[in-house]
Amino acid sequence: MIERRQEETSDPPYLYPDYRSTVLRAPTRPLVQIPRDFHEIPGPVFGRVPVGELDHDLTRQHDGQPLGERIILTGRVMDGDGRPVAKTLVEIWQANAAGRYADPADRHAAPLDPNFTGAGRCLTNSDGRYRFVTVKPGAYPWRNHHNAWRPAHIHFSLFGHEFSSRLITQMYFPGDPLIPHDPILQSIPDPRGRERLVASFDFDTTEPEWALGYRWDIVIRGRAATPTEG
Amino acid sequence: MTHSPTPSQTVGPFFGFALPFAADADAVDPGAPAGLRIEGQVLDGAGDPVPDALVEAWQADAFARCRTDGEGAFHFVMLKPGPVAAPDGRTQAPHLNVTVFARGLLRQLVTRLYFPDEAAANADDPVLNLVGDPEARSTLLAANDGVGKLRYDIHLQGDRETVFFAI
Repeated sequence: MIERRQEETSDPPYLYPDYRSTVLRAPTRPLVQIPRDFHEIPGPVFGRVPVGELDHDLTRQHDGQPLGERIILTGRVMDGDGRPVAKTLVEIWQANAAGRYADPADRHAAPLDPNFTGAGRCLTNSDGRYRFVTVKPGAYPWRNHHNAWRPAHIHFSLFGHEFSSRLITQMYFPGDPLIPHDPILQSIPDPRGRERLVASFDFDTTEPEWALGYRWDIVIRGRAATPTEG
Repeated sequence: MTHSPTPSQTVGPFFGFALPFAADADAVDPGAPAGLRIEGQVLDGAGDPVPDALVEAWQADAFARCRTDGEGAFHFVMLKPGPVAAPDGRTQAPHLNVTVFARGLLRQLVTRLYFPDEAAANADDPVLNLVGDPEARSTLLAANDGVGKLRYDIHLQGDRETVFFAI
C-alpha cells in the first residue's frame, strides 16, 4: 500500500535498492497509521538557537573568500495553500566548489578550502523568504556503484510550525548532466516531484558584477501559522 | 491544496559538521534535578550500528537532537513530559515524539518513546493501542537504566524492528 505521505508528496520510498544504503536501513514492516491530527502538534521554538547576522552568508565566515562560483540562493517557504511560513529556521550545508565537505568523514581526494565551511542558517522573513550567499558546490564521487557521482546539490533542513512539517531534502541545479544518473534523486517516483527539487536560474536574483542568482521555493506539510509580529 | 509538498531526500553521511549546534542534545541543563538522560543506539538490519543518523526528540515545548557516533549511540537530556490530550479528547500517556534521519533513509522515520514507569497510562494510550502485537509495542518503551537514566534503542530492521508511524 502506498501510504498517505508518499502519495501526496511524491516522497521517495524507504526501500530503493539502486541506492544501496537503503537495503539494510529501510523498515520492513508497514508503518502504523495514526490519525493525522495526532501529528499536528506545534514544532519546537528555537529560543536557544542563535542565528547570527552573517550566518546566511557562507562566503564570509572566514578571513578570506572561498574559491568557486559565487551564488545567491533565495526562495519562499510556504504551506500547501501557498501561505508563507514565516520565522522558521532554514539550515543548509554543502560541499565546497571542489566537491569536498568540511566533514571529517569525507575522504574524497579533493582539496578543502580554508575559507569555506559550507554550513549556514537563517530564519524566513514575514513573506516566508530565505536568502543565502554561497558558492556553487562541486559534484563528487561516491561508492554506491561503479563511477557513481552525486550531482551538485545543497542540503536543506526545515522545521515549519508542526511536527509533521519537518523536512530534510536536497536542492539541485538546473541542467546538471548527472541528475538522470543519481539514484538518490531518481528514487522519487514522480518526475514532477523530481523537478520540484531543481532550482531555477534567475536573472532578477543575479547581481551584476557579483553573483549568479537561483530561486527555489519549498512547500512543507502542515498549516502555516498566522504570522504574528514580534 | 494548491501546492504539492517538496519531496524529501536523505540527510546523507556528511552533516555532522553542520547541523548540530552547541548543547543541542540537552533540552534542559544536564545538571537539572529533574533532567532525564536518555541513551540509545541506532542499529541496521545486520545489527550493525548506524554511525550517521540524526535522532530528534520533540515534546510540547522542548526539542533536542543528536548525531549518532561511531557506535551508533545518541543521547538526550530532557524533562519527562506529562500526559497530553489527544485531538479526540482522550489522554495520551507521557511520551516523546522521535524522528530519525540517516544516510540510507530517503525520508525520516517517526516513532515514539514511552516511559517504563507509566504502566497504567501506557495501557490506555490511544497510539500504543494501535499496535496490536505486544512485542512490537515493547519497542516503543524505554527501559530503566539506573537513576535518572533510560535506555531506548532504535532498530531500523530485524526481529526487534522498531514500530514506526506514518506521518
